[in-house]
Amino acid sequence: MRDVFCRSLVSQAVDPRLVFLTGDLGFKALEPLRDALRERFINAGVAEQNMVSVAAGLAKLGLRPWVYSIAPFVYARPFEQIRNDVCLHKLPVVLVGNGGGYGYGVMGNTHHALEDYGCLLTLPDLRVFVPAFDEDVSAMVPLLMQLDKPAYLRLGLADRPAGCTIPAYSCWRKLIAGDGPTLVVLGPLAGGLFRVASAMSQAHRPDLWLLSELPTQALPEALLDSIRRSQHLVVVEEHTAAGGLGQILSYQLAAMGLAPRRFSHYYARGYVSGLYGSQRFHRAESGLEPAAIVASICKI
Amino acid sequence: MRNSGLANMDVASTGDLRRIAKLRLLQMHYESGVGHLGGNLSALDILLCLYHFVLRKDDLFVLSKGHGAGALYVALWSIGALTDDDLRQFHKEGTRLSGHPPAFGIPEIVFATGSLGHGLGLACGLALGKKLKGEAGRVFCLTSDGEWNEGSCWESLIFLTHRGLDNLTMIVDCNGLQGFGTTREVANLEPLSEKFRAFGMDVLEVDGHAIQDIHTAVNQGHSRPLAVVARTIKGCGVSFMENQMEWHYLPLNAQQYELACNEVKQACEMSSADH
Repeated sequence: MRDVFCRSLVSQAVDPRLVFLTGDLGFKALEPLRDALRERFINAGVAEQNMVSVAAGLAKLGLRPWVYSIAPFVYARPFEQIRNDVCLHKLPVVLVGNGGGYGYGVMGNTHHALEDYGCLLTLPDLRVFVPAFDEDVSAMVPLLMQLDKPAYLRLGLADRPAGCTIPAYSCWRKLIAGDGPTLVVLGPLAGGLFRVASAMSQAHRPDLWLLSELPTQALPEALLDSIRRSQHLVVVEEHTAAGGLGQILSYQLAAMGLAPRRFSHYYARGYVSGLYGSQRFHRAESGLEPAAIVASICKI
Repeated sequence: MRNSGLANMDVASTGDLRRIAKLRLLQMHYESGVGHLGGNLSALDILLCLYHFVLRKDDLFVLSKGHGAGALYVALWSIGALTDDDLRQFHKEGTRLSGHPPAFGIPEIVFATGSLGHGLGLACGLALGKKLKGEAGRVFCLTSDGEWNEGSCWESLIFLTHRGLDNLTMIVDCNGLQGFGTTREVANLEPLSEKFRAFGMDVLEVDGHAIQDIHTAVNQGHSRPLAVVARTIKGCGVSFMENQMEWHYLPLNAQQYELACNEVKQACEMSSADH
């Protein structure tokens, strides 16, 4: 996703408001952007608190700063600067976190971002964008350039199954119709779930929905119909249960009086064995393996 | 609209301005039952200097020591940007004038501050933004001395010197006292000026209660980003507050208020030598 992100931003470089700040990251990835933006590409050094404050100052003057780092270094380290300097002033700063969830794999838990959007969604007016596919990144970057509020873009590793036709970008998208449980997924786990579901008959597979922005805002009527029919909502996300999409959606449905009879939540459980491995290893330890999820929810 | 009759005075004769502003600050804090007077009295002369003699139309100011909000409000009142009615609402329910500078509602206040170690980074963003946009104007930022305990200040210092933000002037209100001790006791950073100089700033030390000296310092030509280390007295002008840590927090009772006002009035009558 990072290369697509870079290309998408390069195509926005003609906009003189665009300023890009990186916390000393982007080697062998962001060089084209550096070349395109020249003095508007700022390597702010390994100093994320100052980087976010600087971005707020730039945004106050009408510029459109993007702040880039490995995900935990862009939302956790400078959280107070995001809260006070950016969000209290409703400034259009785009925070870009690379490696959402267990994206940095065996690099270890300091580099993982398991509670990023949960934390950030507690802040006023901040909007979260979680692409599942490379195409989503291309669609989101122009949207983010026009957004007049703080935003967080969680980049990961796109997983697009062969032969999968992705609907045009929208906050909510139905990826595949099924008569089984209603499954809502956030982020690149969508690809694996699509791959498993598409090998099943419609009668047995889940009704698969992809959400890409938070807060969820109004839920699509077709999604509500699906939940009314299936009475089983499944939420899959590479994020802690606390503050995650599972809590957000179940709260929203309960408030609407539409809580389904059954609710299953697949989420990042941290470090179950205390051992480290790839993103796939940690997903498996958390029960976030698409085939296992589908087998589990469609069997019950 | 200037409502206090303090506009257009000469930088060399600011006795009336200093006295009236100090009395108004004491009155505002007394009427609101609010402490934090010590650090406001240490910063007041710097803020008066900035708002009356330094800041021009295109300039921007960030108060990084947000607990100096009272002095900021009074300085804004003294140029007519806030009214007496505004000041009477300080710290009250439903006020625009919160205990630390607010994010919205007062156009002259660019950023809400109060958590220390934010203002200089914000000022860096404003200064860099002006350069990127080719905009005129300078950026000024007032920090406290205790604030330099915050690591983010040093991040900003690295950034502004590395980027050569010569349109930024940083002023440090060095009153030598912080929340629970003297700056020397808590985390000694002296000699502060040498540290700033080592990072690549032009540094000037001034008496932070001498308005003319502050004015001369901040307007001095400089090729590198400028730090003005202003030596100040916490609680300046009120003898029982001066250099006393408790006046970081305490509100005034009626007797103390009267005593403080009398001292300010008498001191100004005795001293014809305007700072």
